[in-house]
Amino acid sequence: MSLKSWREIPIGGVGFKLSTEVKTGEWRAMKPVIDQNKCTKCLICWLFCPEPAIMWDGVRVEVNYDYCKGCGICAQECPVKAISMVPEFGGE
Amino acid sequence: MTTLKLTPKYPREKQTIMMFNGDEAVAYAVKQCYVDVVAAYPITPQTIIVEKFSEFVANGEVHTEFIHVESEHSAMSACIGAAATGARAFTSTCSQGLALMVETLYIASGLRLPIVMAVTNRALSAPINIHGDHSDAYLMRDAGWVMLFVENVQEAYDTTIQAFKIAEHPEVQLPVSVHLDGFFLSHTMENLHVLPDEAIYEFLGGPRKPVKVKVDYYDEEVEYTLNPARPLSVGMLAFYDYYFEIKTQQVEAFKHAERVITEVNEEWYKLTGRKYGDGLVDPYAMSDAEIAIVVMGSSTGTIRNIVKKFRERGVKIGVLRIRSYRPFPRRRVAELLKDVKLVAVLDRAASPGTLGALYSDIISSLYTLKERPLVVNYIYGLGGRDLSPQLVHRLIEELREDLRRGFIPEERLQRYLGVRE
Repeated sequence: MSLKSWREIPIGGVGFKLSTEVKTGEWRAMKPVIDQNKCTKCLICWLFCPEPAIMWDGVRVEVNYDYCKGCGICAQECPVKAISMVPEFGGE
Repeated sequence: MTTLKLTPKYPREKQTIMMFNGDEAVAYAVKQCYVDVVAAYPITPQTIIVEKFSEFVANGEVHTEFIHVESEHSAMSACIGAAATGARAFTSTCSQGLALMVETLYIASGLRLPIVMAVTNRALSAPINIHGDHSDAYLMRDAGWVMLFVENVQEAYDTTIQAFKIAEHPEVQLPVSVHLDGFFLSHTMENLHVLPDEAIYEFLGGPRKPVKVKVDYYDEEVEYTLNPARPLSVGMLAFYDYYFEIKTQQVEAFKHAERVITEVNEEWYKLTGRKYGDGLVDPYAMSDAEIAIVVMGSSTGTIRNIVKKFRERGVKIGVLRIRSYRPFPRRRVAELLKDVKLVAVLDRAASPGTLGALYSDIISSLYTLKERPLVVNYIYGLGGRDLSPQLVHRLIEELREDLRRGFIPEERLQRYLGVRE
């Protein structure tokens, strides 16, 4: 997507792009990885995630890496230690 | 104030004479401006604005929602929220309150919300002081607000109303602050002419009309208002990709503001018979002046009065009052000062470590001229110290001496006016 000039965008930076286009996942240094065998689907991670980047489709718990900033709260709060924080090494 | 040359729509006899101090005049103006939200926290010498306006609310004289906030930071934040929903919002503060508000001042201007604020200019602590000087105004000079300085109570009333018109102009969309000197104007009673409510309603074109914006995710242009039925992102993240562009829009809007201030001044003249120079600067006896005194705010009257006496004695001297501090009318200033030999710029606040803030603006306005006048800087009236007629007299005698000598030694570039040596 080409960037627009100051004459083309709305004033005050109002909705000049969708807020979902801001992929905050790029900021991450450590990424949470869920061990699906250990996961009891208690959804405590879903409850605690500040983004929210924990996705629950009724079957599996997944991390949305587009928006997960890697804060590690999910790994800290997981009662069965099913989530481990893995270094990014420069992204996916 | 320029004298009448046409028949205004509301000549003096159709206006009501009221006796108000500066604060009451501002509160009365806001009452007439159909303001939706007022969020304010009291601070001397602004307190009367808030007191008087809350009386209007309590008496049911206005439809305004008055939000009692716990700080000035919250006052501006509430105004930002209100203005983002499309409301006409007003607040008022000064000094320490303005200092606490600074963070949110930049947000109001960055989001291009046309909020109006009255600032009863007061000194900043320490030492603690509640009286009038311009240190608080200089604190917000780069915050992206249109800043208008008034000379008397009548002008405080007129400018508060004009401020909404300027701020809400589709090509401006910037917050506007109206600066009246603390105590000198805020607490000084004056007879002034006020317009009937319907005249103000008509002048402002009724309630605020938010501008339309075109965003990618809606086919049609939408109003710049927060509305749950039609979501819009306000206060977005913009890094090195868009921050520069959004700030450029703000800078460019000030060019429109300069034009709109003169247009609104002219329109006000046709409505009321009153105008203040061209809206940006208010010159007095400048046509053949060899010496010019540049000043802002309430001291102008005293200076003009003494200058008049010197003029009667044949001394070629004039006064240039800066009414619009931001946008700074540098072209107008250069035009008016190009044939002057000596300019004295009076700053009612010190900028420790450098010369006065107004002085710096005047110097940069004059730099493009081929032949430049001598320009000296005076720091005066700090912490509410009076600029007496005797002091102005002494100032003018000193300037005449400088003019005879024909040069200003470096160590005499900045002087103090009225300090005990």
